[in-house]
Amino acid sequence: MGVALALPVALLLVLMSLEGVSAGWESGARVTAYLKLDVGVDEARGLLQEIESDSRISEVELVERDQALAEFRISSGLDEALDFLQENPLPHTLLITPEDSARTEAGVEGLVRYIQKMDSVERVQVDLGWLQRLNAITEMLSRAVWALSVLLAAAVVLVIGNTVRLAIENRRDEILVAKLVGGTDSFVRRPFLYTGAWFGLGGGVVAFILLELSLWWLNGPIERLAGLYRSDFSLAGLSFDGAFALIIVAMVLGWLGAWVAVKRHMDDIDPGEIA
Amino acid sequence: MIEFRQVTKRYDSDHTALRQVNFALDRGELAFLTGHSGAGKSTLLKLVMVMERPSAGEVVVGGQLLNRLPRRQIPYIRRHIGVVFQNHQLLFDRTVFDNVAMPLEVTGASPSDIGRRVRAALDKVGLLSKEKMNPMQLSGGEQQRVGIARAVVNKPPLLLADEPTGNLDPELSADIMNLFGQFSQVGVTVLIATHDIALVNEMNRRTLTLDHGRLVAGGSPLMGV
Ligand SMILES: Nc1ncnc2c1ncn2[C@@H]1O[C@H](COP(=O)(O)OP(=O)(O)O)[C@@H](O)[C@H]1O
Ligand SMILES: [Mg+2]
Repeated sequence: MGVALALPVALLLVLMSLEGVSAGWESGARVTAYLKLDVGVDEARGLLQEIESDSRISEVELVERDQALAEFRISSGLDEALDFLQENPLPHTLLITPEDSARTEAGVEGLVRYIQKMDSVERVQVDLGWLQRLNAITEMLSRAVWALSVLLAAAVVLVIGNTVRLAIENRRDEILVAKLVGGTDSFVRRPFLYTGAWFGLGGGVVAFILLELSLWWLNGPIERLAGLYRSDFSLAGLSFDGAFALIIVAMVLGWLGAWVAVKRHMDDIDPGEIA
Repeated sequence: MIEFRQVTKRYDSDHTALRQVNFALDRGELAFLTGHSGAGKSTLLKLVMVMERPSAGEVVVGGQLLNRLPRRQIPYIRRHIGVVFQNHQLLFDRTVFDNVAMPLEVTGASPSDIGRRVRAALDKVGLLSKEKMNPMQLSGGEQQRVGIARAVVNKPPLLLADEPTGNLDPELSADIMNLFGQFSQVGVTVLIATHDIALVNEMNRRTLTLDHGRLVAGGSPLMGV
């Protein structure tokens, strides 16, 4: 049962860590504007200043076409092939970094439309593609986690419900006598509801310990892996609030399981069966 | 204390356990309820306990009409009724003391109050020295007396007994009956269901006789005495 509780929480933690990553990268979103081939250097510099003055823009860098070709030569290794070209096929390029506030998906899109409309701009490109994919994946994952959570929560309710059902059957005589001497339904139910809540509490604590143990066990390898990719990705542990919530939820589930068992199996224990 | 008005109890569509039963028991009265096995004695007691509901007619206990009593009110009625069973319904997972304490525990009485009243009840049935024992260690007669102590521990105004001497030899039975007599003397209404005719005759009390669900004798107080 501890495992049933620990699993969705573990996945949730992974998810939150992933979302942290994509939030970090979103800030790295950059817009590249390729100017038309017939645009001259002076015009390109004028454009740079115009764009830079926009409040949504943090920084603009101009890569002149000659410089771009030189870089391309080096990085592509097509040195000799490029010599056959009679003129430089590369346009001037503006590398635009948006202001923090404009780094949302909508903000970036607005920026793209604004730049696209400029006469001397041929094409605008955004490094958002893979970011959207990551977002879509985490979105899908989070749905899967919620679905799994619901299933496992139901499993916890059933397991505790079954335990409480057995407890009720074992104490059938006692329930009968208690009802006979004037015990109210709530008096008779109470110990079983408490039993359920205690089981839930136990399950929650076990789940918490399992989580902490596996985090502790995984964190070394993850740090090394993240180091290889120069990422600051790390698995966040459960905060105090989170641990508290986990245990409370577990207790509520236990109570709920007991309540279902009590509803189904105790209320039909009737003193009428005696004698 | 108890009044039945034209009470009929049908279990299945055609199986009638009680037919148009009429009688009234006064406060402090002790009466027997006799009849062959299956005559409807237990059914009559269950109607008083609201363990069953009448199919027709009215059951009044302590001035309260039970027919339409809401389910949640039933426990509060039962707290005013002590019951003794033939198989005594004691719990073997706890001591004599704890068995007798149950009717007080369900009312949320304080531990000191419970201790005092449980000992008083055990003293009355002569078992004070055995309070720490398990009921399993006691003889049949002693177990039945523990059952009686449990039935009277919260001083109910009404005491019901269903075959309380069914498993006991005549001497022990007489003991138990004397105990019931003492309770009625202090104002408790006592109704004892039994098919032990010899015992009933010996006690010379009002006797309600059931025959196939009909009350054939003792329905009016004058007839039985
Ligand atoms: N719960 C029940 N369901 C159906 N029939 C019952 C039930 N309890 C008792 N009866 C029937 O009602 C009749 C009276 O039973 P009961 O009151 O137990 O008689 P007694 O106690 O006098 O032996 C019997 O014929 C019995 O079979
Ligand atoms: Mg009977």
